[in-house]
Amino acid sequence: MTRSSSGSLPRYILQRTMLVIPMIWVLLTIVFLVLRVAPGDPVSAALGGQVDPAALEQRREALGFNKPLISQYWDYLSSVLRLDFGTTFTDNQPVLNVIRDNGGATLSLTVAAFFIALVLGIPLGLIAGRTRDRFPDVVIRLFGILTYAAPIFFVGFLLQAYVASPLGLPTSGDASPITIFTVKPHTHILLIDAFLSGDSTAISDVLKHLILPAATLGLLVSGVFIRLVRVNILQTMQSDYVEAAEARGIDRGKVTRRHAFRNALVPVVTVIGLQFALLLGGAVLTESTFNWPGLGQKLVKYINDRDYGAVQGIITIFAVAIVLISLLVDIANALIDPRVRY
Amino acid sequence: MRMLPAAITKPFTQTSGFARWMLVIGIVITAVFIICALFAPWLAPYGFAQSSVDGVRFTKLGHPTGGHIFGTNDLFFDVFSRIIWGARTAIEVVFLSILFCIVIGVPLGLVSGYFGGWPDRILVLVMDALFAFPSFLLAIVFSFLLVNILGGSVIAVALSLTAIYVPQYYRVVRNTTVSAKEATYVEAARAIGATDGVIMRRYLFGNVVQSVPVLGTLNAADAILTLAGLGFLGLGIQPTDAAEWGFDLQRALDDAGAGVWWTGLYPGLAIVLLVTGLTLVGEGLNETLNPTLRRRRLLPVVMPSRGSAGHPEAKESAR
Amino acid sequence: MTLQEATTPVETFDGPVISAQDVRVWYGTTRGAIRAVDGVSFDLAAGETLGLVGESGCGKSTLGRGLMGLLPEGAKRDGRVLFKGEDILSMSARDSYQLRGGEMGMIFQEPLTRLNPLMRVSEHFEETIKQHAPDLSKRELRERALEVLRLIGIPPTRYKSYPHEFSGGMRQRLMIALALVLRPAFIVADEPTTALDVLVEAQIIAILNDLRQNFDTAMLLITHNLGIVAEACDRVAVMYAGRIVEQGTVREVFGNPQHPYTRELLRSTISLSTTGLNFIPGAPPDLVDPPSGCRFHPRCPEAMKVCLDHDPVPTRAASGTEVECWLAGPDELVPTGGTERAEQKELSLADEA
Repeated sequence: MTRSSSGSLPRYILQRTMLVIPMIWVLLTIVFLVLRVAPGDPVSAALGGQVDPAALEQRREALGFNKPLISQYWDYLSSVLRLDFGTTFTDNQPVLNVIRDNGGATLSLTVAAFFIALVLGIPLGLIAGRTRDRFPDVVIRLFGILTYAAPIFFVGFLLQAYVASPLGLPTSGDASPITIFTVKPHTHILLIDAFLSGDSTAISDVLKHLILPAATLGLLVSGVFIRLVRVNILQTMQSDYVEAAEARGIDRGKVTRRHAFRNALVPVVTVIGLQFALLLGGAVLTESTFNWPGLGQKLVKYINDRDYGAVQGIITIFAVAIVLISLLVDIANALIDPRVRY
Repeated sequence: MRMLPAAITKPFTQTSGFARWMLVIGIVITAVFIICALFAPWLAPYGFAQSSVDGVRFTKLGHPTGGHIFGTNDLFFDVFSRIIWGARTAIEVVFLSILFCIVIGVPLGLVSGYFGGWPDRILVLVMDALFAFPSFLLAIVFSFLLVNILGGSVIAVALSLTAIYVPQYYRVVRNTTVSAKEATYVEAARAIGATDGVIMRRYLFGNVVQSVPVLGTLNAADAILTLAGLGFLGLGIQPTDAAEWGFDLQRALDDAGAGVWWTGLYPGLAIVLLVTGLTLVGEGLNETLNPTLRRRRLLPVVMPSRGSAGHPEAKESAR
Repeated sequence: MTLQEATTPVETFDGPVISAQDVRVWYGTTRGAIRAVDGVSFDLAAGETLGLVGESGCGKSTLGRGLMGLLPEGAKRDGRVLFKGEDILSMSARDSYQLRGGEMGMIFQEPLTRLNPLMRVSEHFEETIKQHAPDLSKRELRERALEVLRLIGIPPTRYKSYPHEFSGGMRQRLMIALALVLRPAFIVADEPTTALDVLVEAQIIAILNDLRQNFDTAMLLITHNLGIVAEACDRVAVMYAGRIVEQGTVREVFGNPQHPYTRELLRSTISLSTTGLNFIPGAPPDLVDPPSGCRFHPRCPEAMKVCLDHDPVPTRAASGTEVECWLAGPDELVPTGGTERAEQKELSLADEA
């Protein structure tokens, strides 16, 4: 993607936003094709394969599966534009409702994990880059590799087996039944709703449930951030302007902080935003491990039920969300780096 | 070809510090698992779905003892055997998927980058879109698909993994091809009449595949995690087809509360160790092969003392 | 303490600002030590500009960096470098680091990458001045910076701009200004105009000339361009394979070169009156294992037998030029038969650079 070197910030934002459309279109096409290519009838699979042929045929007709592929494709695209993500086959709900009811949980889990990963990953990456090949670097890099290598469900297993009970932390669900009952769903995001309600028991209950899953997922992703930041620091510290600053006798600590760190973090911002996609993928496993009632867990259930309509709808939403997030990240990058502005 | 032994040993002899250690330790760990995979029938005391021997049933959730050094799980299977057989599954699946990736991705990237035009632009867009999507979600979708067609076999899962990782190989090879094809030696080759095929095969191929080993190793590490994740969700290898560590961990999760630790600890540790080993190899290779990151092992400078090669004061010249 | 007080030496020092005595700078590599600078001596007085010339790879850049202490990992220095009488090579790392900026400055070759792209010009200057004179107020920092920028020819309206908004020539001026803002006693200019086009080069050289006259800065001007040396330098040192083979005033060395290498260099220079191209056959030697005796002997058109295995002795001519060459003597050290022409190996085309 080339940036206009003579363009201004508004023009860059416009150009970048225009790119969203083909990206989304390509992703939607892939989702459509992939899910249609499967032989084995999606409708009968969703209905448990035990329905008599006439009712099956009726259902197929109703769902539009007898139309030619092109018109199914067109229907799909136009419905997405209308923000209609379809209906589930197994429990006949609009997918949007599923997302409304479960999206908040996934969102709070992912965002909390993202912050934990940032707070852990960036400082450790900076230290590792600064103390290259010495003890702190070695330890931090090993930590980064181990947190990457340990699957979420294994860490979850260990936490549940050894840590949860001593600390009195719950390992299942996002809140106790009482909290769910008492907190009014304004935003459908339990954490925010709990804060809005002002009920301190509810708030602490929600937070207690959030800690283990968010920390597990955040720990895992922090390893990626560590690696990213470290490599960028190493390259920045070798740059010409750092040498020039040292030639002027600028205090070494200042050179590291002001010249190396700051400049190293600029490219990291872009990539870190894209790691959000990583978090969404990891959320699925985390939700299964901790019985967290989010979209990921729903997705797995629908997959096991072969509920093709639900799967298509949820994946579509994920695709759109990711493209929009990467747009935001690119704009943020343009704001930080003055070279892109002018 | 003469350069091959030198190329293999150079990472070891010319780097210092952590990079070298990473490489060595990583290779050792990976080798252990590969040996387990290759010699599983001889190394594992029991079959992966074996619940009795000579008609005597194993205990259910038995503690680690002499007969079952890692204990047994809730399906009466021996945990240690399942670890070893699981190694075979993991290595098989990952090896196959990386192989397919290379066989599909490298030529595709080479041809696409070389000829350019509309097919290239479309492919880039598609690959970028695939690449932007969370790999695990893609894995779920593809395995959902392929398991429908092919059943939960090793091939099906390997193909799902291929679908996720192919964009990376395509991108790397294509981008390197695009910059390499403008090089003057390619122009010179065309001037002497080399066909496109020859140029791609003989001139470009060697250059563009340089990043593939590192990519392949790091992908292998990620693939193990993805495979285990799929197994955990019940979407990957079906338990009747082969042993799989992720699947075992899912069953172990229920046991965690009951104080049964051996059904989950060992499969988990196996995953952590193998992925760590592969990552160390990948990162180690990256550090040694990437000139900007490489820390060379410099020979210390020893200056001979003066007097041996005397530098006398400037003398007044007679001229 | 004001900036004036901070940078004026407490006791004024009469001797040469820099006195390098038998300096060696060797690099560590994977196959052995590169003897980039192998026994170099020179003096530099206040206000004097010494040009350091030679082919690529002769060690001139290494010498400049070695004096500043900007060497890569694995490099080692030896000898003595007296800065205002004190040996900086035996100082602690911390003390010698603190000399940079305030006492010793450097101008680099490639200006495009030497400024932090995320920092404004003002921030660069204020950071530098503040480092060495921490008590100045913000307003004083700004004034100081604007003053030196005015001397260099950069208007105050550009003070808050970012580096990428300047051209290559302007950025080099900024680098010069940054090097000079604290009035250091000694500056190393490492090929300051090589990366710039001819017109800009002329402007930069004019600036350096001006500064030479206005400040008392001693400057080591490293370049491969003899024309610049003629314009901007008082004295010149010709370097080959890690050693200074000839040094003296520009007028003497260019008018009456003593060393065959200097003569060949001068003949290779292209000017408007050049009618035929001249070059020195062969390439500079491998510095891991330099030739025995005089290092130039494989390429020297006048090599003698003694040159093959006896290191030439530095001699001083009546004009004051110092030269290391057996042709200049001293005769009493030459063994019998040593003055006969040496047989040299045919230099194959493959040896050319």
